[in-house]
Amino acid sequence: MTLESKFMTERNSCPMTAAEIADAYFMEHRAKLIDLAAFLDRVDRASDADDEGLGVDFRITALHECLKILNDGKNDRTRRVLEHLSDHSSEPLQTAPMKGALGAPAPE
Amino acid sequence: MKYIDPHIHMVSRTTDDYERMAMAGCVAITEPAFWAGFDRSSPQGFYDYYKQLTDTEPKRAAQYGIRHHCWLCVNPKEAEDAGFAKEVMSIIPDFMDCPNVLGIGEIGLNKNSRNELMILEAHLELALSTNQLVLVHTPHLEDKLKGTRLIMDAIFNAGLQPDRVLIDHVEEHTVSEVLDRGFWAGMTLYPDSKCTPQRAVDILETYGTERLWMNSAGDWGPSDPLSVPKARIEMRRRGHSEDMVRKVTWDNPKTFLSRSPRFRADDD
Repeated sequence: MTLESKFMTERNSCPMTAAEIADAYFMEHRAKLIDLAAFLDRVDRASDADDEGLGVDFRITALHECLKILNDGKNDRTRRVLEHLSDHSSEPLQTAPMKGALGAPAPE
Repeated sequence: MKYIDPHIHMVSRTTDDYERMAMAGCVAITEPAFWAGFDRSSPQGFYDYYKQLTDTEPKRAAQYGIRHHCWLCVNPKEAEDAGFAKEVMSIIPDFMDCPNVLGIGEIGLNKNSRNELMILEAHLELALSTNQLVLVHTPHLEDKLKGTRLIMDAIFNAGLQPDRVLIDHVEEHTVSEVLDRGFWAGMTLYPDSKCTPQRAVDILETYGTERLWMNSAGDWGPSDPLSVPKARIEMRRRGHSEDMVRKVTWDNPKTFLSRSPRFRADDD
């Protein structure tokens, strides 16, 4: 639905050039990328990690799947990542299982 | 340049924050009723909270030249006990005539449960019967997409006009559906969850500035009461016009909120 939205604007809606965007934001996102790499390395060193990936949390699995979205050559990445991390059921839950949220849909 | 922060929980903030916001140009805020971080044990606890929102906070804000407005409800995090929530809702009409009350909010869903939905529908009935504006909280993280759709369906089923409803905490995967269905949309600027100021400006570049506002939703968790002025800096940094900055942080919130005759942004 997003791509067909009547509110979707044309290309070039950011006034900055690509070089200016890199000048402004590259270092910040380089740091975030390295943080992410270190986070995944930490998961690899987890006390219950094994070669088959058993013990990997469903949130980590979802994160790996999102990394593929970032590198698939298509645009609108933010929306697609958020949708991948969303519950796509449509019926209300019988009861609320907790107050908080986990960041990715829990397995059935 | 003046700005409005249309969603911030000042009961959780210090007086220093009022001062810093005023120095950054804030002249008006609206404060929705929300969860205190723990479940209140009695309706009297909510009564005291509503007194704080309608009496104490306006005085505290006025010391810094900020006009304080509020929204009343039982927030969705405390709606799972439907009997308790209905008992609390029965005291809301006692406060609806207070001069700083703009409407019902922030109502919505948290975990998208049946009881939460039932209490949401009861709030929508109250808003419809008393002709109040509505401010909507959408769920967190993985629950947001589903919850936003359930909420919009409930609003249409209740018969409220979408242009009298602001759906808050939109992100890239919900903003277009909210706008396409005729609602106003709010972007909440949080450091970790919801939108950063940078992403909020990305959304403006992608979806335009019609019926969109931004807010800090500053509260007791990780949040920044100066995130709206920081987003204005981000817009200018990218080369966007002062007209755009003004539209999103002044004109748009003023237009929506002025549908309540009680809203006053400044001396006009």
